Amino acid sequence: MTIYIPTPLRAFAGGKDTLEVHAGTVSGALDELTEVFPDLRKHLFTGEGKLRAFVNVYLNDEDVRYLPAKEATAVSAADTLSIVPSIAGGV
Amino acid sequence: MATATMALELPELTRDDLSRYSRHLILPEVGEEGQRKLKAARVLCVGTGGLGSPLALYLAAAGVGTLGLVDFDVVDESNLQRQIIHSTADIGRKKLDSAAEKLEALNPELNVVKHDTLLSSANALDILKDYDVIADGTDNFPTRYLVNDACVLLGKPNAYGSIFRFEGQASVFAAENGPCYRCLYPEPPPPGLVPSCAEGGVLGILPGLVGVIQATETIKLILGIGSPLIGRLLLVDALNMRFRELKLRRNPECPVCGDHPTVTRLIDYQQFCGIAPAAKEEIAVKNGIPQMSVTELKRRLDAGDDLFILDVREPFEYQIANIGGTLIPQGQVPHRLNEIDRDREIVVQCKSGGRSQRIAEFLQQEGYPKVTNLAGGILAWSNEVDPSVPKY
Repeated sequence: MTIYIPTPLRAFAGGKDTLEVHAGTVSGALDELTEVFPDLRKHLFTGEGKLRAFVNVYLNDEDVRYLPAKEATAVSAADTLSIVPSIAGGV
Repeated sequence: MATATMALELPELTRDDLSRYSRHLILPEVGEEGQRKLKAARVLCVGTGGLGSPLALYLAAAGVGTLGLVDFDVVDESNLQRQIIHSTADIGRKKLDSAAEKLEALNPELNVVKHDTLLSSANALDILKDYDVIADGTDNFPTRYLVNDACVLLGKPNAYGSIFRFEGQASVFAAENGPCYRCLYPEPPPPGLVPSCAEGGVLGILPGLVGVIQATETIKLILGIGSPLIGRLLLVDALNMRFRELKLRRNPECPVCGDHPTVTRLIDYQQFCGIAPAAKEEIAVKNGIPQMSVTELKRRLDAGDDLFILDVREPFEYQIANIGGTLIPQGQVPHRLNEIDRDREIVVQCKSGGRSQRIAEFLQQEGYPKVTNLAGGILAWSNEVDPSVPKY
């Protein structure tokens, strides 16, 4: 599946905007992402390993928080995972 | 809001209106009644910068009757790369005056209301209450949450847009039964984690793209046509020119628009966003790092004090402007500690003080005993000490 890495986090992902992973679940995909780019870990997860409140993760167009199985949701090769952090710029 | 206004109460179109808006009038979705709705409508643009420029210009052209503008800033040369409502001759003028002049020139019938203030918890409800639609084009998290909460409390839809580098987000928040900004982002990121456009840069065209999306949504809300971006977040990636859409849901647990709201009046948004109040002692030390003002640095340098100024910006920035510091870009600092003398007093400097604060904290963790951050960076130096240092 494809993971979209947003602009503010690309500095911690070698400048890449996407990564192809082969995980079976959402959390597996995020684990693979942070194994490839360890610097991303602290930006996505708290010390206790929970997703940070200001980072949203979407499986295709659905917020993972609202999926019945949440991060344990199964994923397939055709799915996309988007990390959507808050940005505030405007002037 | 305006869409609920009875057709009978809508203002009549004049002969000039009929010719000016002829391309709207022949659209069945707008027509004469739609144009009268636009004429009756009152829209507030929060900010007249990157997003606010195209937004206000298009709303004025479209025939929105009343446009409120909130801004307290003055036009700076570095604004002109994207803030198209201002021109070179406006440098140093109030953005409000510059913007109002352009809007009135474009559409003399337009009623421009200038709010020459920083939107705050004390004045937001009073300012927003007179408008039908709010268009949020600000540039910081505290104001984003303030505008959201005020819109929810007043029941006003918020045509939202934000930008960073090549990426934008747009949605309509706080519409009836729709989600609000807090449903999407319950908490702000810690200060310093997400760089501002002043630190991270922004493609000048991008606010045009996103601001026009906000203008489109505003017009649709007034006319009551089409499918507004309610419950949808539009992601704009200008570099790959890819538009994607994500579903948003109203969060029943949302503290402001949920079923049992706990935020029922405006709060202290600086504090909510983890930004320390502007008390003197707290400015002087941030996260354990003493903050040095640019005037203090000037005084210390003039006095001949031995200071190691560490400039952590990128080489291209250093080429544009520098104050004689030693350049080690922030990403290289961890690998080049041997070039930074532990025995000297180190003043870390960047463009506006954000990157340098993080590097100062890093150096302190690495055991450097005397590290201070230059508050306001080279921009403050140019503003307060040496105006011949170019701003960018």
